[in-house]
Amino acid sequence: MYRLQLLAARSLIAGALDQFTPLTLTSSLTGVRHKSQGPSVEKYGQMRFSTAEAKVSAGRLDGKMREKSLTMDTLNPQVKAVEYAVRGPIVIKAVEIERCLEEGGTKPFSEVIKANIGDAHAMGQQPITFLRQVVALCTFPELMNSPSFPEDAKWRARRILQGCGGYSLGSYSASQGIEYIRKDIAAFIEQRDGVPSNWENIYLTTGASDGIMTILRLLVSGKDSSRTGVMIPIPQYPLYSAAISEMDAVQVNYYLDEDNCWALDINELYRAYQAAKQHCQPRVICIINPGNPTGQVQSKKCIEEVLHFAYEENLFVMSDEVYQDNVYAPDCQFHSFKKVLYEMGPEYFNSVELASFHSTSKGYTGECGFRGGYMEVINMDPEVKVQLVKLLSVRLCPPLAGQAAMDVIVNPPQPDEPSFKQFHQEKSSVLGALAEKAKLTEQILNAVPGIKCNPVQGAMYAFPRIFIPPKAVEEAKALGMQPDMLYCLRLLEEKGICVVPGSGFGQKDGTYHFRMTILPSTEKLKVLLGKVRDFHISFLKEYSALE
Amino acid sequence: MSFLREISPLVKNTFLSERDVLSICAAQIAAEIQQDERKNYNEVLDLSSGDLHRGGIKSITFVRQVLAACFYPALLEDDSLPLDVKQRADGLLRQCDGGSVGSYTDSCGIVKIKQCVSKFITRRDGGVPSSPDNIFITSGSQMLMLKLLVQSGGSCRTGVLIPVPTYATFTQALEDQGAAIIPYHLCEEQGWTLQVEELRRALHAGRRTCNPVALYICNPGNPTGIIQSRKSIEEVIRFAAEERLFLLADEVYQSCVYGEDTEFESYKKVLSEMGSTIASTVELASFNSASKGFMGECGLRGGYVELVNLDPAVKEYTRTLFSTRSSPPVGGQIALDLMTDPPKPGDPSFLTFSEVEVFGEIPGISCQPLKAGFFVFPCLHLPLRAIKWAKKKQMEPDMLYCLHLLEETGLHVRPGCEFGQRKDSYHFRFDTMEDALQRLKTFHKQFMKEFS
Repeated sequence: MYRLQLLAARSLIAGALDQFTPLTLTSSLTGVRHKSQGPSVEKYGQMRFSTAEAKVSAGRLDGKMREKSLTMDTLNPQVKAVEYAVRGPIVIKAVEIERCLEEGGTKPFSEVIKANIGDAHAMGQQPITFLRQVVALCTFPELMNSPSFPEDAKWRARRILQGCGGYSLGSYSASQGIEYIRKDIAAFIEQRDGVPSNWENIYLTTGASDGIMTILRLLVSGKDSSRTGVMIPIPQYPLYSAAISEMDAVQVNYYLDEDNCWALDINELYRAYQAAKQHCQPRVICIINPGNPTGQVQSKKCIEEVLHFAYEENLFVMSDEVYQDNVYAPDCQFHSFKKVLYEMGPEYFNSVELASFHSTSKGYTGECGFRGGYMEVINMDPEVKVQLVKLLSVRLCPPLAGQAAMDVIVNPPQPDEPSFKQFHQEKSSVLGALAEKAKLTEQILNAVPGIKCNPVQGAMYAFPRIFIPPKAVEEAKALGMQPDMLYCLRLLEEKGICVVPGSGFGQKDGTYHFRMTILPSTEKLKVLLGKVRDFHISFLKEYSALE
Repeated sequence: MSFLREISPLVKNTFLSERDVLSICAAQIAAEIQQDERKNYNEVLDLSSGDLHRGGIKSITFVRQVLAACFYPALLEDDSLPLDVKQRADGLLRQCDGGSVGSYTDSCGIVKIKQCVSKFITRRDGGVPSSPDNIFITSGSQMLMLKLLVQSGGSCRTGVLIPVPTYATFTQALEDQGAAIIPYHLCEEQGWTLQVEELRRALHAGRRTCNPVALYICNPGNPTGIIQSRKSIEEVIRFAAEERLFLLADEVYQSCVYGEDTEFESYKKVLSEMGSTIASTVELASFNSASKGFMGECGLRGGYVELVNLDPAVKEYTRTLFSTRSSPPVGGQIALDLMTDPPKPGDPSFLTFSEVEVFGEIPGISCQPLKAGFFVFPCLHLPLRAIKWAKKKQMEPDMLYCLHLLEETGLHVRPGCEFGQRKDSYHFRFDTMEDALQRLKTFHKQFMKEFS
């Protein structure tokens, strides 16, 4: 208890901020209160007191320190409320500890294992050779003369470049993306689903997040009780809550059923919807399938129920399908929302407004840094579509390298092409490893008393439920933080494991979780899980002993 | 009927622009050329955006080699790549998690690259210190900065002063954010200069209807092609200090300066030399980009903003806001590194061209001399018949001119009405390429004859 008070007194979280002059911040989501620090000196001054060549204007400015025009008071209030746990305080702390280790400091561990963010390459996963070859060829077309690049890569690069202004990846593209690539995506979707896809409904985006935020911007309107309500799953990927906060929309939570493998219960949807109607106008429903952080893969029946619900209540459906290539459980299968909608018949297929999102960051390619993605939008009012394009055009266009990467993903080597063998090998290897690690994680965590982990059917994460003894809960509350934040901080400080507290994703009151990725190498993952087990057992002991 | 017709009012306000019409026409003509329909020209020359590569300029080999090696590190073993390319790529890959450009980075950009940028800024400004902590790398646009300043809700709209003329994408971004636009007119007769009295007039007018918080300047100017004098920059800074305005300095064309007597001075440098009170209090955000300059890598989407004198608590929130966008594209970050630390000796950081009297000999067009950037904004002295004809067709006269120009010569440019101009004056934004100039001259003679 004493030690934790010390940690809090040292402003454990605010430690990341101690380069700055005094501030008091309250983080509402994680319940952390930052203690104010003494004044500190800015290391790099922007102030340069050279002899003045220009005269300072007389009057107001004489001697008085001019107030800043942009302060916490004048800052856009919507920005103030925004939070994003995946890169939040715990990660800042982890980076600090890493720096300390680098500079020779001693800790009870030799390295910090970061399992907080869905970044595969950062954890050692290798890029898919073919994809990188195509992008390199697009970047430096002189390489087309090199014998060390296969023909099928060159052919694809040439095709992409043909769609670029001046045959260069350095040109802006149309804001919807390169036409060839949009067509390739449509062809891919048709093949995947057996359902027709119109390339004019496809928009390349800067990661899926760009598309998600743009669509939400179109949908948020109204005032007070007619303000747009956005239905999101709890737990959710906190981009959604951040976007809702930024746009001042109303967040409408529907709880996934933890006891039922995080399944979506249609009655819970109805409950949430009816409750929300009292104070807002629910217009959108967001689903993440496969789920983040939960990893569940929706059954076809469940998807049908959601679509029927959306049809009845006239809701716009946003289907986040970035993990569609990450399905591990043998009894699970990815069904796209669009395909299921089609199979429900023309009445549904021609009316339900649906936006589906995909990305280059996940799957088996893990190309987060490229910022590639697309969305397919069906049944959108044509006038609204015009507005959508307008919104997209303000940011000019998505990065060309990301567009090229997306093209390779939807247009991979075919069995009769030279690169197929290596490509298939690499892809299977990545997905096989992920499936193994998913199973391993579930098994090891479930063997720890006080931890219960649902099967990781897909995506890249485990979201185990952790039992936190009442005494620990009390202590956390006394320190002004969420109990699972306390847990994760201790885990970080004592074992060097960085995961994200469940409070950052949302959870049922009185339950606690953390999200970890299954991305570290199998050896490291075993180390990580072992440390989690050891930590949890000692944590339980410590707080039970206090009874 | 979809409920979406009651669409968010902010988004609805963005109008269907002339740009769209011209783009559609240009695409149609390009398609017709593809199908061998005879025209007086072989291809549409797209000068409608500041996109060097689209306009036919080649990329810089060093840049593309380093990028390719970063994307495909097997090239580091390749004999065909020069040693400095490999060293550079290797160094950059070490900055990436897992040694891969496919990883996310810090939300505000890779630390080493921010250090490179801040060193560049210090060199550029003759020693004025710059901290990497104040550098935020973006995917090219200024939208995130606007989000901090502009409150889209609330009873009193946030106002931003912007020059007339100004490029349309920025105006649109402001409108999207819900800002009120307060125009101040640049003085064409005196070389598109900024007059402080005009700033004052605009501000006072703006205060009646909204809450002005920021002053946006584009230097070197787009579309005007001019460079602000040091004296003018000082006047603007002093004005911002007095009126408590946040300065947004768009300096993306800073490395394209022409003529021996023209020099770019950054707002930050001038600010730092204006005495301790002003230098330490005026808030400034200055923007630069890999899309312009000597590299012209628009498609990589790399840019940065340097924040000066920002309230520390606000700077912290800026970081949080950036974190919700994960991280800027790595290709764009690499481009920034190469732009701010080009190989030495070798590729010049500045393009040097002698001053070109572009329109000296074209009757009916007058143009301020090109000092910097890619564009000029010539003034059209259209005959009355042309103006009447345009009004009849329900379009702006300069739009009519641009449509005819596109049809007859394949030149795709943008009409002045898109940028804003004084009433009854007509302009178009033009890129001073040899081929384009030729086509324009021929066309213009014809047009004037037809409508006189």
